[in-house]
Amino acid sequence: MDLALGDPSKAGNPAAARPLAIEARGLVKRFDGTLAVDGVDIAVEEGAIYGVLGPNGAGKTTTLRMLLGIIDPDQGVRRVFGHDRPHEIARLIGYLPEERGLYPAMKAIEAIAFMGALRGLPLADGRRRGLELLEQHDLGHAAQRQIRQLSKGMAQTVQLLGTLVHHPRLVVLDEPFSGLDAINQGKLERMIRRLAQEGTTVIFSTHVIHHAERLCESVAIIAGGKVPYAGSVEAARDRIPAQVRLETHAREGAWLAALPADTRHEGDYFMFSLPDGGAEPLLRQLIGGNAGILSLSIERAGLHDAFVHIAGEAAARALAEDSAAEASR
Amino acid sequence: MNQATPAPFTQAPVTPEARLSLASAAWVVARRDFLAVLFSRAFLFFLLGPLFPVIVGALAGGISGQVQREATSSEIALALDEADSAAMLEARATLRPHLGWMLPHLMPLPQATDAGFDARAFLEQKRGNYAAIVQGTLAQPKLIGTRGQVERWQGTISLIAATAAGTSPSTFPPMQTELVATSASAERGNRIRTAQAAQMLLFLLTMLLAGMVLSNLVEEKANKIIEILAAAIPMDAVFLGKLVAMLGVSFVGIAVWGGVGMALWGLAGDAIVQRTGFDPAALPAPAVGWSWFLALGVLYFAMAYLLLGSLFLTIGAMAATVREVQTLSMPVTMMQLMVFFIAAYTITQPGTPLEMLAIAFPLSSPFAMMARAAMQEALWPHALALVWQTLAVLLIVRGGSKLFRTRVMKSGSAGRGKARRRWFGRVQPG
Repeated sequence: MDLALGDPSKAGNPAAARPLAIEARGLVKRFDGTLAVDGVDIAVEEGAIYGVLGPNGAGKTTTLRMLLGIIDPDQGVRRVFGHDRPHEIARLIGYLPEERGLYPAMKAIEAIAFMGALRGLPLADGRRRGLELLEQHDLGHAAQRQIRQLSKGMAQTVQLLGTLVHHPRLVVLDEPFSGLDAINQGKLERMIRRLAQEGTTVIFSTHVIHHAERLCESVAIIAGGKVPYAGSVEAARDRIPAQVRLETHAREGAWLAALPADTRHEGDYFMFSLPDGGAEPLLRQLIGGNAGILSLSIERAGLHDAFVHIAGEAAARALAEDSAAEASR
Repeated sequence: MNQATPAPFTQAPVTPEARLSLASAAWVVARRDFLAVLFSRAFLFFLLGPLFPVIVGALAGGISGQVQREATSSEIALALDEADSAAMLEARATLRPHLGWMLPHLMPLPQATDAGFDARAFLEQKRGNYAAIVQGTLAQPKLIGTRGQVERWQGTISLIAATAAGTSPSTFPPMQTELVATSASAERGNRIRTAQAAQMLLFLLTMLLAGMVLSNLVEEKANKIIEILAAAIPMDAVFLGKLVAMLGVSFVGIAVWGGVGMALWGLAGDAIVQRTGFDPAALPAPAVGWSWFLALGVLYFAMAYLLLGSLFLTIGAMAATVREVQTLSMPVTMMQLMVFFIAAYTITQPGTPLEMLAIAFPLSSPFAMMARAAMQEALWPHALALVWQTLAVLLIVRGGSKLFRTRVMKSGSAGRGKARRRWFGRVQPG
């Protein structure tokens, strides 16, 4: 396998016009002989919102950790802003790990400033910027409170602000929606969009398809340590032909022969994949055959369908179980 | 997450300064840890900790001293006739300027005048608190007591009796004295005392203080901070920062204890010497001189601390709970005791392969070199040793951080479970 990374603007995604913030080829990681990540390829354009979608245990966190240089891959190469060693450009990266953590005795403002200092931001600047961010997020009153005195949601917000305080060009969020209530999930989605609008690259992992579908231009679907699909959300959805839902007045007739072979009858509806030739020839045949069309809708496949199609039923079931477990928490 | 007045996230450029240097990164960690420990309530208790054994020791020492004094009475009863007793007391007074504390206290025994007085029975009935009883006459004194007391006092009592009887010289020639600062034998012997004291102090401080490092990373893992640190800066910097912070905290502790000790010494130095029999001011000067010796002491403490601390930190990084830390640290503590004993043994073996081994082995090197500073004048070996010890610290830190990254930073519960199974032979409950 040729693992050399080429010109970022030409690599991976054929639609890529922007340079790549992250490019990884053939990442492999074993833990005690168990393959955790098996040949992951990822290409993330600068300024994009990129989702790593998969059930728990699929290898999302390990992949992100390899991309950030927290652990080294056993095989493969990764580049962040063209650098082989992500620690070399730590100031450009913000990272929110899956397992949230802050020093309980630290004040909120100090926690943010400390996280900025780890990324090279002077403490005084970190405190000033931290206070601005806290106030923007209605947490100015909590600036001088110890982390242990904050609610879980507030502490998570503080950590997220600490991830952003040093103005990173790349923000990596591992399961950022986990543990947040619906209101804060919405706020976080808006924040991610705003970051991307301002040119920041955002990559996040999730096991909730809706977040990825609403936010991401591109996704990597990961299951069992492999990435069966990495590319735009649109292209993923296009992997499944659009579904046609047809309701007719007539139940019998020659027009039935015009329906594709995969047609199934569900209640009053005929369901089938949109033929390669498109809807127009089919419509002509149905009208000519006196089908008596009451309604006809063409529904494009969602990311969930694409996930099932790409990753398989088992991975989809695991994903659904994780989502349900998350929702019940 | 109010979006009403969003501030733009400006972007940092990609420059060669896009990361903190190892030293700067370590400094960020060290500063946080140092201040966090220093301003914690636990640190106050930590500072007060050594006072408890001192207070308990002083109380116990006072009580045991009193008991000892009473138990080892040097009072001897005189069961002689009145004239002989008086002569014995006078003879003791005559001899006292020459023999001083070697003479026992003499006390005429009133019960001795009773008819049928039995000295043996008197002692066996444990009456009074006398070491022995003198009976008979000045010409033929008889000492009654246990074997130990008799052997201890028979010569002295005989001398007093002879003096009382006038059969020993009544005058003593004046003795002229001349003191020499040292001799080869005395100097070596004296410096050995200094070397032993310095080694012991170094060892006690290291063992007392390095333990703080043990639970440091466990706490970090419990707080889930470790991944934030590992993502932002190299693990080497995390390890170094923590070590330096704890070393700084140790120096604060030593400064406080030293300050309290100096104040106590200023207030009650004489009493302390009398009570303990140990006078630090009387310790012989080390071969390199006191200034160099103290400077080297600080450096070797720092090195001993960093060496042991880096090992403890590695252990702490591997363990998931404080209990696991304690289990894992036991062999290291035992090993440290062993290397200390070897280093202590080599004080009297200068130049032997054993001393060279103690100097070369990183964990014993600071102790062996501390002793060498007391015994030998050359300074250049210390420069070499310090470079070597620094290198060893860096190697252990590098090894520990690599181990941490490869073995500990695993994703998911499966990975962590496997990590624990590998270290402890079975899966530990979450």
